[in-house]
Amino acid sequence: MNKTPNNKAWFMVLPVLALVAFSAVIPLMTVVNYSMQDTFGNNVFFWAGTEWFQEILHSNRFWAAMGRNLAFSAIILCIEVSLGIFIALNMPRKGWGVPVCLVLMALPLLIPFNVVGTIWQVFGRIDIGLLGRTLAELGIAYNYVNNPVHAWITIILMDVWHWTSLVVLLCYAGLVSIPDAYYQAAKIDGASRWAVFRYIQLPKMHRVLLIAILLRFMDSFMIYTEPFVLTGGGPGNTTTFMSIDLVKLAIGEFNLGEAAAMSIVYFLIILLMSWVFYTVMTNYGTEKR
Amino acid sequence: MARINLKDIRHAYMDNPTSDDDYALKRVDHVFEDGGAYALLGPSGCGKTTLLNIISGLLRPSEGAIHFGTVDVTDLPTEARNIAQVFQFPVVYDTMTVYDNLAFPLRNRGVAEDVVDRRVREIIGMIGLEDRARRKAQGLTADEKQKISLGRGLARADVNAILFDEPLTVIDPHMKWALRTQLKELHRRFGHTMVYVTHDQTEALTFADTVVVMYEGEIVQIGTPEELFERPRHTFVGYFIGSPGMNLLPAAMDGGIVRIGGQSFALPGMPQRLSAKRIELGIRPEFVRLGREGMPVSIAKVEDVGRKKIVHADLEGETIAVVIDEDSEVPAEPCVAFDPAHLNLYADSWRVEPEGRP
Repeated sequence: MNKTPNNKAWFMVLPVLALVAFSAVIPLMTVVNYSMQDTFGNNVFFWAGTEWFQEILHSNRFWAAMGRNLAFSAIILCIEVSLGIFIALNMPRKGWGVPVCLVLMALPLLIPFNVVGTIWQVFGRIDIGLLGRTLAELGIAYNYVNNPVHAWITIILMDVWHWTSLVVLLCYAGLVSIPDAYYQAAKIDGASRWAVFRYIQLPKMHRVLLIAILLRFMDSFMIYTEPFVLTGGGPGNTTTFMSIDLVKLAIGEFNLGEAAAMSIVYFLIILLMSWVFYTVMTNYGTEKR
Repeated sequence: MARINLKDIRHAYMDNPTSDDDYALKRVDHVFEDGGAYALLGPSGCGKTTLLNIISGLLRPSEGAIHFGTVDVTDLPTEARNIAQVFQFPVVYDTMTVYDNLAFPLRNRGVAEDVVDRRVREIIGMIGLEDRARRKAQGLTADEKQKISLGRGLARADVNAILFDEPLTVIDPHMKWALRTQLKELHRRFGHTMVYVTHDQTEALTFADTVVVMYEGEIVQIGTPEELFERPRHTFVGYFIGSPGMNLLPAAMDGGIVRIGGQSFALPGMPQRLSAKRIELGIRPEFVRLGREGMPVSIAKVEDVGRKKIVHADLEGETIAVVIDEDSEVPAEPCVAFDPAHLNLYADSWRVEPEGRP
């Protein structure tokens, strides 16, 4: 067969190229551009080189926000993964309970972030909120507005309430794919409940758990709406996570260069952490052959 | 090791079975002798897996009792029955090494680690996986995994019985022979009671001393491979075993004489009259002679299956299969004749046992 060699096929990828350019490459490059320059308004820019990056990496404010982010992600991952596995293990495998459980589990996932924030903000208010009022009546001085610990507990509760379902659904999918023969063999081998979990259920959930942890990590590391709606990052700066700080910096203080540098660092951290999680979890349990 | 006694077992998967059809397993009363190699043979859905699960304790029979030796185990859970089972799809604990897989049932029972080690080393040699002992079970081939599954059963020295549920289904054809031979060898060496469920007659007949043929929730015949071949008790056994299966021809019975079309046969020991709706004469294709004498037939097709040829012919409107040697020729005006010693008479699908003859 005779084919005329030409490069016309490149035109086929042009639409995708254009789309990606406008949705990702150009905005990202704009941010890179800002991060290297300084401005005093009037659209006049000065070259700043890596100054913004140096400033960011030496600022206590940045490291404090990042510490809060890491702590938050660690806490909610611990709670949501263990709680999610526990709930998935106890969900029915057949009968009318299955659709009921699945729908109940899916419900929180359908609610937008800001609505979740508002629900809990109202729920926890000590004057009119059901939770806040009840706790007050019980003599517990709960107040997320001025107590950092209480604000943290509220945000964690929110996130757990909102996202544990995702872990549950993924784990459940992994669990129902285990053939009955495995459980039967385990019975015959006299395995304990723990051994069944450790050697049959956990290995089978391993892949979906990887996805769940990745998704939850990325999402929780980008947390913005819930603390913003609840206290706007307060009390003080105690719930000012990196994303909130970024918005304060960029829009509140109109510090475009520093904000751009921070978003790049922020982006690289998420990328790095996701890669680490992925590598660790895909290599876990497999050995070199 | 123990003899397994099934006493009037019945099982239904629904709550309130009313008719016989509601039972997946209709009245099974049978003894598996200690140290025997048994095969449960039957088509899909005949209840053989149900019966196996009742023996292993994964199912509790709706009615009846099951005894291991002198102990009534009907209400004992699987883990207390001390049996081993190999499933259709190999079950291995992926994250454990081959060694740990084999040690698992022993460790779960609190066996001392030095005993475990001795035992596992012995088993691992037996199933020929010494070189893979320290490897994770995950990446092994299906037949290696199935060996591990078997090994986990063998690891416990005092196991009452080893049950096999179509264990060679996912094994490559060339490995099937090897595994089956190994299984026979292990049976000879250790004398475990083995019950092997399969729908493959070759597997059943080569593995077992005694084959239990099941059909629609019932045991239709228990016998040696030879008995099943020569004297099938039920027409189902006739056509399920053998390749091709037994020829069954509608017949009439009159005064001890069996008639097919214009031809009549005198069968010794037959009753004078049979009060059955359907009477059939059964003869294996191996015992039909194709020649110039007998009943005229027309040939439909001839299949060459290697050392034999299978001739499909038409005998007075009924199809009949005949097995002939590969170098025999089909005569121009073919006729078939039956070997009278190998004729079986069936009344409503069940064999009419001749008087004074087995």
